[in-house]
Amino acid sequence: MIQLTTQVTQSQLSSLNSGDQVLLSGIIYTARDAAHKRFEQAFLEKKELPVDLRGQILYYTGPSPAPPGKIIGSAGPTTSSRMDTYTPELLASTGLAAMIGKGNRSPAVIEAMVKSGCVYFAAVGGAGALLSKHIIASEIICYEDLGAEAVHKLTVKDFPLIVAIDSKGVNLYQKGPEEYRKNLSIKGI
Amino acid sequence: MREIHCNTIVESVRQIAIKAAFDLPDDVLGKLIELSSKEDSPTGTVILRQIIDNAHIAQKERLPICQDTGTAVLFVEIGNEIVITGGLLPDALNEGIRQGYTQGYLRKSIVSDPLFERSNTKDNTPASVYYEYVKGDKLKITILSKGGGCENMSSLAMMKPSDGREGIIRFIVSSIVNAGGNPCPPVIAGIGIGGTADKACYLAKKALLRPVGSIHENQQYADLERELLSEINKSGVGPQGFGGYATALAVHIETAPCHIASMPVALNLNCHAARQATVII
Repeated sequence: MIQLTTQVTQSQLSSLNSGDQVLLSGIIYTARDAAHKRFEQAFLEKKELPVDLRGQILYYTGPSPAPPGKIIGSAGPTTSSRMDTYTPELLASTGLAAMIGKGNRSPAVIEAMVKSGCVYFAAVGGAGALLSKHIIASEIICYEDLGAEAVHKLTVKDFPLIVAIDSKGVNLYQKGPEEYRKNLSIKGI
Repeated sequence: MREIHCNTIVESVRQIAIKAAFDLPDDVLGKLIELSSKEDSPTGTVILRQIIDNAHIAQKERLPICQDTGTAVLFVEIGNEIVITGGLLPDALNEGIRQGYTQGYLRKSIVSDPLFERSNTKDNTPASVYYEYVKGDKLKITILSKGGGCENMSSLAMMKPSDGREGIIRFIVSSIVNAGGNPCPPVIAGIGIGGTADKACYLAKKALLRPVGSIHENQQYADLERELLSEINKSGVGPQGFGGYATALAVHIETAPCHIASMPVALNLNCHAARQATVII
């Protein structure tokens, strides 16, 4: 298990390998479909983003509302591929360090990740209650009108992640099932 | 005729909407525990452990199992000896959803227009509702809280009758392999065979309601379900798509008569957080 604290350095990122398990502590920012659309609009209009993402980590999530007495509701990852259209430009323009989501990414995203040295982490989809226990602070930074899709600044502690695609482009979504099938055929199943 | 007032329906729907979000059904949790003992991928084992812990945390702390508390899909069975008073049934169902999602601090995930405005209705209505008329003096309502991630991996094939059993196996297994980690495996595969294009999609969704571990009453379909489950769990997709045994918890088939020219086959996947709750009034 690898312990990482934000801001993560480029050398920490490049030392991570697909399949590594990581506990992340520090600051991360949330953004999903609607926030990405606004980022894109800002790029088109040559405006600055309301949040500086250089060296930061984006978490694709739309948490459920915080019940009374809780910091946040359930907060697991959403499917990352919906952000794929926006991601290459986002990586090139902002210098984003890493992304957290679930599910495979497009070849164009992986290419852009290798170019900028970005890492894609997966959190376990459908484990939003467990993940929320690792969020110790939450505040809205921008796009408040988007509700659950607003950009939140989260402080996390020992947030459990798996390196899905590393900065060399090695992809656990491809490698994991392939190795499993290979082992089955060795066993003659 | 037995009278059922809309207020009773509103309150019952409110309660099952909240219950479904927090309490993973015992059959689903039991199967996850069973699969975690069979899982031979180390990453897969860690993931299944988190999924099981998550269900316990959600239940104990009254937090949603998943932040995507879904589209509220309601299956309503209306007995022929009841009369609903105090308003219209669809309005009562939606009011129950509105109250449940608001008072339970569940996420509101419905937008009013699918293409242009996409503005949130802010109370998770409208529910997607299916009605069936049955014998008796009861009203049975089941909520299937259906997440977007797994719903997006649904598919329909208008197959030729000659494609047969093998064609169906190829279509289902390749759809699940292509879906990879997106529908949050281990999944439940709901399969609708027959009817028309729309009917097959409905049956695939309805098939998700069957208890996990139950066996189809028709021997041929029971065999097909067993073979599909075995093939899916040999595909290697594994928990969250990272490789492993546990790709599916169950395969459920529903069928309907169909046209001589057709064999529609629909696949509707449910994520491992397969949430449903039922009330009988």
